[in-house]
Amino acid sequence: MGAWLLRRVALIGPTLLLVSLLIFAMQQLLPGDPALALAGENQDPAVIAHIRQTYHLDRPIPVRYALWLEGVLRGDLGQSIRIQRPVADLIAEKLPVTAELAGLALLVALVIGVPAGVIAAVKQGSVIDHSVTLAALCGLSVPNFWLGMLLILLFSVELGILPASGYVSPGESITRNLTTLIMPAIVLGTAFAAGIMRHTRSAMLQVLSADYIRLARAKGLGEARVVLRHALHNALIPVVTVVALNFGALLSGAVLTEQVFTIPGFGKLLVDAVFNRDYAVVQGVTMCSALAYLLLNLGADIAYLALNPRLRP
Amino acid sequence: MRSETQAAPGIAPEVNAALKPLVLRHLSRRPAAAIGAAVLVFSVALALAAPLISPYDPVATSWAAVRKPPSAAHPFGTDELGRDVLTRVIWGSRASLAAAAVAVGMAASIGVPIGLLSGYMGGASDAIIMRLVDAMLAIPFLILAIALAAFLGPSLTNAMIAIGIAQVPIFARLMRGQVLAVREEDYIEAADAIGNPHRRIVLRHIFPNAMPPILVQATLAAATAIIAEASLSFLGLGQQPPNPSWGSMLNTARSFMSQAPWMAVWPGMAIFSVVLALNLFGDGLRDALDPRSE
Repeated sequence: MGAWLLRRVALIGPTLLLVSLLIFAMQQLLPGDPALALAGENQDPAVIAHIRQTYHLDRPIPVRYALWLEGVLRGDLGQSIRIQRPVADLIAEKLPVTAELAGLALLVALVIGVPAGVIAAVKQGSVIDHSVTLAALCGLSVPNFWLGMLLILLFSVELGILPASGYVSPGESITRNLTTLIMPAIVLGTAFAAGIMRHTRSAMLQVLSADYIRLARAKGLGEARVVLRHALHNALIPVVTVVALNFGALLSGAVLTEQVFTIPGFGKLLVDAVFNRDYAVVQGVTMCSALAYLLLNLGADIAYLALNPRLRP
Repeated sequence: MRSETQAAPGIAPEVNAALKPLVLRHLSRRPAAAIGAAVLVFSVALALAAPLISPYDPVATSWAAVRKPPSAAHPFGTDELGRDVLTRVIWGSRASLAAAAVAVGMAASIGVPIGLLSGYMGGASDAIIMRLVDAMLAIPFLILAIALAAFLGPSLTNAMIAIGIAQVPIFARLMRGQVLAVREEDYIEAADAIGNPHRRIVLRHIFPNAMPPILVQATLAAATAIIAEASLSFLGLGQQPPNPSWGSMLNTARSFMSQAPWMAVWPGMAIFSVVLALNLFGDGLRDALDPRSE
């Protein structure tokens, strides 16, 4: 297992290098002069020349990539041209907000998705199964920013019981923090819950037809004990992977959710940077989300092996 | 990273042709898939017939009809510039369906050949291509699309291209997995043994047999592309005003949530219906193409 883990960790390096190359190439190879784009409204030749020099735009592309990569390796993701602060600092500041949102969304997804999947599998073919399956498909099909707007219409505009936007840090007030995040977490968790439900259901169906479940039943164990202790335990193993594989979707969803509820997180940072033509921030955010995705998948693979001894190489 | 899809068992080309009516019969026996297909046909018809059936001009403003609630004259109400919401929802379907068609067409026509070659050739080129695919897949889909759309500049065409590029690795990886499974089949070995050239083996034998899951993926990718186009337009990176798209309509509606809630309801309902229809159809197609599901 040690060698496997080492190989798995070692692969992250080259993948990240390729990600960095892709992100860098994206900006360099696309049409348009980045110096002009960075200058924005101000088309003064002196300003443009200064930008060219500051961002090494007068150097050949491979040199520029090497300079940028060298910075990235030192943890220097460049400077935000709009806010005049290091990109790494901005990300470090916004990441906890998104992490909290994503964590709450995951909680919502698990609390809804796992029981729904178990019930659907146990009652396979029944009206309950069909309703849960259809509800999951609806959850996967609803655009989360629209769901967010509908929740705002109901709970903020009509009923006036939850704030429509804004964010309060947990350090300031944990209650207000949770009231501002409850709708966003539900919005972000919905599609995730649907995915988890579908996978829990199919994993449960597979496990429930296994021999050891028949044995457990033959021993005279109660149905609840068979389902919850014997079947669910094994059915949840693949769900771990699903959670990790869907982490990218969670981050993508967070971009929109933060926009709808005006939450100052990672996604809002990206969108604001896009409109401010703050390309260093766009590159930094993209790079960090890829790193987070790769690390989470590594974690999931390790958890998968730990939970399922049969798969150990 | 694990491959997300399982390879379908290979089917010889002749059997494949006989499978088509079978697939259609399977599909017609699934009411959910049939409903999905009907909604899709209806949406495409609406998009094509938009100039003929829309009650108003989609971009003509009317100061006399600003933010009017739904009425007989305007069944979905009017927006902040007095434009008919129903008309704009009908015209908006063009942006969404075009995005789905262009993005998926682009992603499949780049990703499928890459996966085909990568899987068939194997070796170093396969390893390099797959590492690149892994790298692209490591960037969350919408973040990649936003970054691409940002560098390309905001417009509907660029949003479609960005979504298409972001979907390439999914098709490449899926096709490669299919090729690896299909090339182990006996009939491929037979085709090779009787001296068929590589090109013929790839195009005549491997490609058609690796296709079914790609068709399912294309349906689901179309659903993703519609949500992605709406998302980019919602963020202001897709369709630009005054042209209608469901996402940009919702973006505008955000500013009038308490004064004109109807503006927020219908475009979202349209996205939801079409995406649900595509997902229903895709699920039905997958079951119909997978002999193990019976």
